[in-house]
Amino acid sequence: MTFKERFFLNFIKDSRWHYLTDGLIVTLEVTFFAVLLGILIGVIVAAVRSTHDKLIGNTKSKFSKFILKFFNSIANVYLTVIRGTPVTVQLMIAYYIIFVTSNNKILVAVLAFGINSGAYVAEIVRSGIMSVDEGQFEAGRSLGFNYVQTMFHIVLPQAFKNVLPALANEFIVLLKETSVSGYVALQDLTRGGDIIRGRTYDAFFPLLAVAGIYLIMVMAFTKLVSLLERRLRKSER
Amino acid sequence: MKKFLKLSSIILALVMTVCCFAGCSSNDAEKSNVLTMATSADFPPYEYYENDEIVGIDIEIMNAVCEIIGMELEPQDMSFDSVIGAAQTGKTDIAMSGITITEDRKNMVDFTIPYTSTAQSIIVVSGGEISEKADLEGKKIGVQINTTGDTQVTEEFGDDAVDRFQNGALAVESLKNGKVDCVVIDGEVAKALVAANDGLEIIADAYSIEEYAIALKKGNTELLDKINSALEQLLADGTIDTIMDKYIEE
Repeated sequence: MTFKERFFLNFIKDSRWHYLTDGLIVTLEVTFFAVLLGILIGVIVAAVRSTHDKLIGNTKSKFSKFILKFFNSIANVYLTVIRGTPVTVQLMIAYYIIFVTSNNKILVAVLAFGINSGAYVAEIVRSGIMSVDEGQFEAGRSLGFNYVQTMFHIVLPQAFKNVLPALANEFIVLLKETSVSGYVALQDLTRGGDIIRGRTYDAFFPLLAVAGIYLIMVMAFTKLVSLLERRLRKSER
Repeated sequence: MKKFLKLSSIILALVMTVCCFAGCSSNDAEKSNVLTMATSADFPPYEYYENDEIVGIDIEIMNAVCEIIGMELEPQDMSFDSVIGAAQTGKTDIAMSGITITEDRKNMVDFTIPYTSTAQSIIVVSGGEISEKADLEGKKIGVQINTTGDTQVTEEFGDDAVDRFQNGALAVESLKNGKVDCVVIDGEVAKALVAANDGLEIIADAYSIEEYAIALKKGNTELLDKINSALEQLLADGTIDTIMDKYIEE
């Protein structure tokens, strides 16, 4: 078969390209909502962990100490379990055990990937909060801000700038991790390529096409992040 | 001097890596006495794991073939959707994994004579709505990805009616949880899955009837002829029937 014939067989015949475009939409959908969920969980967990680390030393009341420790240990269990098991296994547990009754595969995938990503985002955000100099915090407090205000107006904006590259990294990883969605019969981009491969018995075109699409998505995302980074750096001049 | 050492060590490392890769590919081809077999060992009773070893009908038949042609069998476990590709590209000598002969597949690989035939069965939850093949219309059907069950069901009912799973066990798990309404899968596998799970049954109508054969890289006629004559011998003297009876009780 010539190059042209193989291309026709893999993508045009029986409108097989549909498997790729439909799969791409599923991949984007899952990634987008999983990123949102990941940020939400990540920021909450990071706030719990860093508040504990910053305040536990100078808290006197027994009750506040208990509250801090309680939430911190929940966050720690979450981090240990999620970071200690592979995302493929978590996804299968979510689909076949936890959400047994749910038939909405996209929702299950969003929850599984979002909860997974949240653990990594949490540690990234915490590293950002801890990287801001203690003096910044003290300055905020001495100006009359309370703890939450200082966090919000002074520490977090600086932390965000510090963690942006690591955060972008995590989202790139997440985008590619969704390629295991096929394990729960969800037809994402990778699975779309697999299906074409199974119909045409040609590994070359479907795999390269899938790889190319992921690469383009990541490159576009990287470009956006670098624009954002440049914009944020304006204040430093 | 330091720079030179650094440079030469990098070059040395590169050369060694390349040698390593080259070694991998050439070694396999040289061991002419070993017959490598691509198989997806999640397909009982044809191929499955028992005490860390791949066993099953296909393995026993191929062992008998190898005895006749004087080679040593080395099964390699992989996902079913890679099995035919492995034979097609010559990564393994043969692919044998309950592979049905189809026209599409004949374009990519050469097939031996069929060694057995089987039905695509329909598994349902006992006492459910589906009792014959005609009831499948409008239902969600679970299949193992890229099996003939998958392609046939997709062709008949369209993409939206099909949920494609990595293996039969995951498809049946989804059937039990009500995520799909039935599972279409090879007959013997269906029996094994129903036996292992309570509350499931195979309906009397078969989805379709098909033949299993061994796939080889196109143009490897020398090995193809050898295996064909060995299979003919085993079919004639009843060895294959004995093996089938050992695994399948009816």
